[in-house]
Amino acid sequence: MISIAIEKKLKAYHGQQVLQVNRQFASGSLTKIYGPSGTGKTTFLKTIAGLITPEAGTIVANGITWFDSDARINLPAQKRNTGFVFQQYALFPNMTVKQHLQYATTDELWIKQLLLLGKLDTFALHKPEYLSGGQQQRLAILRALATKPKLLLMDEPFSALDLKMKTELIAELKAVLKELGATTFIVSHNPQELEGLTDEEMVFGF
Amino acid sequence: MDLSPIWLTLKLAGITTLLLLLIGLPFAWWLSRGRSFFKIIVEAIITMPLVLPPSVLGFYLLLAFSPQHGVGKWLLDTFNVQFVFSFQGLVLASVVYSMPFMVGPVKSALQQLPAALSEASYTLGKTEWQTFKSVLLPNIKPSLLTAIVLTFAHTLGEFGVVLMIGGNIPGITRVASIAVYDSVEKMDYVAANNYSLILFSITFVLVIAVFVFNKYQAKSPLG
Repeated sequence: MISIAIEKKLKAYHGQQVLQVNRQFASGSLTKIYGPSGTGKTTFLKTIAGLITPEAGTIVANGITWFDSDARINLPAQKRNTGFVFQQYALFPNMTVKQHLQYATTDELWIKQLLLLGKLDTFALHKPEYLSGGQQQRLAILRALATKPKLLLMDEPFSALDLKMKTELIAELKAVLKELGATTFIVSHNPQELEGLTDEEMVFGF
Repeated sequence: MDLSPIWLTLKLAGITTLLLLLIGLPFAWWLSRGRSFFKIIVEAIITMPLVLPPSVLGFYLLLAFSPQHGVGKWLLDTFNVQFVFSFQGLVLASVVYSMPFMVGPVKSALQQLPAALSEASYTLGKTEWQTFKSVLLPNIKPSLLTAIVLTFAHTLGEFGVVLMIGGNIPGITRVASIAVYDSVEKMDYVAANNYSLILFSITFVLVIAVFVFNKYQAKSPLG
C-alpha cells in the first residue's frame, strides 16, 4: 500500500497552481495518470521518487514513511528504490545498453532477461546514439526495471513505440510487473493505449 | 642552453594541473548545482585571477605568506614550510592563478547536462559521488580536456605572479617565462628566442590537440 497526501506548488504560465493529491494505492496496482500538459503529472511522479520535495504532506510506502513535512522526514531518492522512466529517457550517453543495466544491477541473469524483454539483446553493446527512438525508450524502461523496484514510475513510456512493439511490450511488461509485485504509475497523453493494463486512473487538471 | 627553466616549468604545470583536478572538479560540481549568494561570492573569488593583474595577486600572496608574520610565519614555525621564494610557493600561486581555467569550463559543461541524468542515477540508488564519477564526468570529456589543457598551458605562461612570489632563483623558481625576461635583460636574444620558441611550440601543440579531439567529440551524444 502506498499512501500519498501532498501539496506542491506548480509554476504555470497563468500564475501559480497547487498540485494536491490525497489518495491510497494498493500494492501491485497499476494506475494511469492523464490530463493536460502543465497540470503536474511529471511533478507528481518526481515527488514520489524523491526528486522534488513537496511543500507539505506525507508519503508512506509499504509502512515506511518516505516523506513527512511535519516530522521533517524526507528519504532521499537513493533510498526509495523506485524505478523511473523519464519522458526524455535520460539515458547515459557514455554507456552501452548493457552497461546501463550493469550500472543498476549486478544480477547478470536478470540483465539477460531484461535485454530479451526489451528486444535489445542484439544491441547490448550499442550506445544510445546508435539506437532508434523506440529502442532508446525501451532501454529507459529496462533500466528502470533493473533494480527490481517495488514502485515503478513511468512518464510517457510508450510514446516512441510503434503499435506492434507497444502491444507486445505492454503484455510482457504486465507479466514482469506482476512477478515483481511492483506498484506502478504510468503517465500518458493517450489513455486508450493503456486500455486493459491499468487498475486505477487519476485525471489531472485545474 | 640551460634547459632547467623548461623542466621546472613543465613540472610546475604538471603538478598544478593535477592539484587543480583534485580541487577544481569538486568545486566546479558544487558551483554547478543551484545558486546562492554564498556560491556567487565563492565563484567571484575563483574568477578574480582572470581579471586581476598577476602582479597584484602575486603581491598579496607574497604578503600573506611572508615568513615574517601571520600565516607565513605560522607555517614556517609549525611545519617548517616556506612559500615565499620556493617551488611550493610557485605551486600555490599557480593553483590560485589557474583555478578559473579548470573550474570555468567544467562548471559550464556540468550545467549543460540535463538534470535528468543525475536524477536517473539517483533513482538507481547511486550516491552523488558515484553519479559524478560514472555519469557526469564521462559525459563532459571534451570540456574536461579543454580545462586540463588550458590550465596546463596557462601555467606554462605565468610570469607576474610567479616572479612576485618566487623571484628568479635558478633551478628553484626560475621558470621559462622568467628565463625569457632575464635573457632579454642580459641582451641574450638567442637564449630568449630558444625559451620562447619551446614555450610557443608546446602551447601550440596542446591547443591543436584539444581542437582535434573536440572536433570528434563535438557531436551531440544522443544525435
